[in-house]
Amino acid sequence: MPTLLLALGVLLAGAAGTLALAAVPRWGARVGVGGAIAGCALGLVAAVRVLLGTPAAPLHLAWSVPYGAFALALDPLSAFFLVPIFALSGLAALYGAEYLGGRGDVRATVSWLFFDVLVASMAAVVVARNAVLFLVAWEVMALASFFLVTLDDEDERVRRAGWTYLVATHLGSAFVLVLLLLLGGGGSLDFDRVAPAAGPGLLVALGLVGFGAKAGLVPLHVWLPEAHPAAPSHVSAVMSGVMIKTGVYALLRTLTLVGPVPGWTGPLLVCLGAGSGVLGAVFALAQRDVKRMLAYSSVENVGIVVLGLGLGLVGRAAGAPGLAALGVAGALLHVLNHALFKGLLFLGAGAVVHATGTRDMERLGGLYRRMPTVGAATLVGAASLAALPPLGGFASELLLALGAAEAAASLAPAAAVPALVALGALAVIGALGAAGVARTFGVVFLGTPRTPAAGHAHEPGLAMRLPLVLLAAACAGLGLAAPWLLAALAPVVTPLAGLDAAPALAPAAATLRAVAVVEAVLLALVAGAAGARRALLARRTVAVAPVWGCGWAAPTARMQYGATSFAEPLLRTFRTLLVVRRRIAAPGGPFPAAASFGTEAPDPYRLRVWDPAFRGVRRGLARLRWLQHGEVQLYVLYIAATLVVLLAWTVGRP
Amino acid sequence: MTAPRFVPPLLALACGPGLVAIVARTKARMAGRVGPPLAQPYRDLVKLFRKGAVYGATTTWLFRAGPIVGFATAAVAAALVPFGGLAAPLAFPGDLLLLAYVLALGRFFAVLAALDTGSSFEGMGASREASLAVFTEPALVLALVALARLGGTLSLSAMLAGVGPAAWAAAAPALALLVAALLVVFLAENGRLPVDDPTTHLELTMIHEVMVLDHGGPDLALVGWGAAVRLWTFGALLVGLAVPVRTGDPWVDAAAALGGMVALGVLTGLVESSMARLRLRHVPQLLLGAAVLSVLALFLVLR
Repeated sequence: MPTLLLALGVLLAGAAGTLALAAVPRWGARVGVGGAIAGCALGLVAAVRVLLGTPAAPLHLAWSVPYGAFALALDPLSAFFLVPIFALSGLAALYGAEYLGGRGDVRATVSWLFFDVLVASMAAVVVARNAVLFLVAWEVMALASFFLVTLDDEDERVRRAGWTYLVATHLGSAFVLVLLLLLGGGGSLDFDRVAPAAGPGLLVALGLVGFGAKAGLVPLHVWLPEAHPAAPSHVSAVMSGVMIKTGVYALLRTLTLVGPVPGWTGPLLVCLGAGSGVLGAVFALAQRDVKRMLAYSSVENVGIVVLGLGLGLVGRAAGAPGLAALGVAGALLHVLNHALFKGLLFLGAGAVVHATGTRDMERLGGLYRRMPTVGAATLVGAASLAALPPLGGFASELLLALGAAEAAASLAPAAAVPALVALGALAVIGALGAAGVARTFGVVFLGTPRTPAAGHAHEPGLAMRLPLVLLAAACAGLGLAAPWLLAALAPVVTPLAGLDAAPALAPAAATLRAVAVVEAVLLALVAGAAGARRALLARRTVAVAPVWGCGWAAPTARMQYGATSFAEPLLRTFRTLLVVRRRIAAPGGPFPAAASFGTEAPDPYRLRVWDPAFRGVRRGLARLRWLQHGEVQLYVLYIAATLVVLLAWTVGRP
Repeated sequence: MTAPRFVPPLLALACGPGLVAIVARTKARMAGRVGPPLAQPYRDLVKLFRKGAVYGATTTWLFRAGPIVGFATAAVAAALVPFGGLAAPLAFPGDLLLLAYVLALGRFFAVLAALDTGSSFEGMGASREASLAVFTEPALVLALVALARLGGTLSLSAMLAGVGPAAWAAAAPALALLVAALLVVFLAENGRLPVDDPTTHLELTMIHEVMVLDHGGPDLALVGWGAAVRLWTFGALLVGLAVPVRTGDPWVDAAAALGGMVALGVLTGLVESSMARLRLRHVPQLLLGAAVLSVLALFLVLR
């Protein structure tokens, strides 16, 4: 715990230093970056020590705020979430130093203040054990990330995105506030002394809405595809990789606090997760903007995590230790994997944006030959997202599928049917996700450049490449180390699954070890086949020639299959779930002039649910506008009248 | 009993091209031609392996990795699936899921290798291949899980060893549904009619063949051999289910399964001779139909 407090102190000191040195942008930024990296390294040490079995003493200090207390604790669950928070944030800070380095303006410098505060507040959210402290950290996190999203606020779209984010996060906070008040039940608001004043069903529902909005569950996801592309890439990586996971953490913490949950919670979470997963993956396929696509893919992956939690609850309700432990363990491992590969992919996308100035896939292409390090690292992240062996994303999805398959093969229908839904959804999500990343990676990095800007792309500097390489290594490492990680995960899983997780996870660990053998065979075969081909071709002609264009004499880069055309067959199949707008200017007349065709895929939930709802609210509230007339004297009168009413109410109370 | 365990993958490597030849021969006979000799696919492989290589000017190492990863994943898949009564060398609880993931890895690299050329034809094939997987994967996984429920095990070798006459007598409707579902998956995953036409010469209409247009020499040989091994592996899965000969003597069971594979090759040839390729937008409906069959089978076994 002292190490963690020191880490938080370093982060806040970095923030304060940035502010103090804001007049000297170069040094302000350096202090901010340095504080972030040092704080994250310290915090990582603290978290890993707890995970390795050294318990940390909780901290409880009085606080003058009513019901508030500085109650902090670092149990395995908190420590588990701290690992990706600190690891990814530290690497993102290093990356951001170069990413924003070229700007050197005051605004970019001050953004480090918010970055440091964001990291500290995320850490505070997962270690807070008092509702008031939690809420303060939650709000600071939301506001710090809001200011980071709106860094480039001269752009109108960025302002809109920031606004959407602010509204969404505060709507969520409203539900969180009610949830926390009900949890306290009028007494202490410390988490270890909760006395719920409402049934667990209501509390879980409130948590799902409040924390689901932060996590990005469909239909509360609409802010993600707006805010994540608008933010600078290292901030997108932190927001998408770890900040939305605080929603998952809070949901988990709620589940441990409310007592026995009603039986519908598990199947409901499975359905919500499956829906988010499939819809997120389909929406991702429809995007042309690389970062928007990645944001939707975060919706998909949060869906997978929630689906896993649902499986765990189903298993717990059915008294099936294997399913209970595997669901929770798979979900947790996926939290870690998603933080790594999505952080990596956002940083990779940032390098592409940095080098070419566009996020539009249809204007990119052929970047692998120009940015090999970025390309190779991105490929690892993409393969991990597509759940391909032997990478991390594969290990966590395999655990979930394994738990579901076992349940479907052996349990009574009440547990087997949700497991089957999960299994079918995982198969569809896996294939959709693979199609989505193959499309994005293929269109951006392979083929030939579609624009001169893409043709002139170049590798970024070391500070941007190093985090990419480290994250790619971590993606691979998590996949290879999965059998051992599973054992280390047992103390985190045990309280959530409601049983001793170590024996329940043992068969899955055995399967993962068998899978590792198969992966070794696969790698040996790949190496063998590659060696054989090299030997065969050693004394023969190996020529390089233009790609076969089926006899077409003058192919251009524009004729390549692009992102839109690649996704077309799937989007046609899923057209009822989507809104795709086409802008067609067809060629006409005997001498056709310029023609154009464009598509965009706005979010159907935003278009059909939220925009009409907010328009309705605005119409309703417009009737109250007469209250707001700009005359200060009358505003003072309002305040005085309110005070009098409050006074009367206080005095009149028996 | 360790020696026979290596027989299933070796059979797939050795006999996969033969299965391709049986399909081709059946189609030729149905069309009134003599057809190529049964050794033709082997001769083609030998010929290709003796050639040099030409690579596209725009390509990276991913293009060269595609055939290799495709072949390696097919071989690993063959080592996961039992043949008749012969258990697979790589058998453990949960291997049925790994089978799906390993095949997805091969597909991912094939798609990237196709996109690496920058050719619109190969992009088209890649797009279709990636799209159809969204429907075949759930059909395959759900069918295998239904089998797992019937056999009470998550290992392919153990569950297929249990599909004997007794299992058919007890759960014939469910097993028949699964055979139908897996037959569709078999045809779709291996680029056969009515999903894909492996013999057309028009790139626009193809899926799998158009993805590998730019490969030649040893790379094309690896692609072709890998495809044959995959055909054999899916066939072994289907035959293991549809030919319930479980005498206890592994060699007798394997001989029966071998007969089943020949019959499957003839059946595929008959299907290809008697059907036209479906319009591409109707293929998802066929594959969804297969997934629905799997789900129906699951309902039957869930009772």
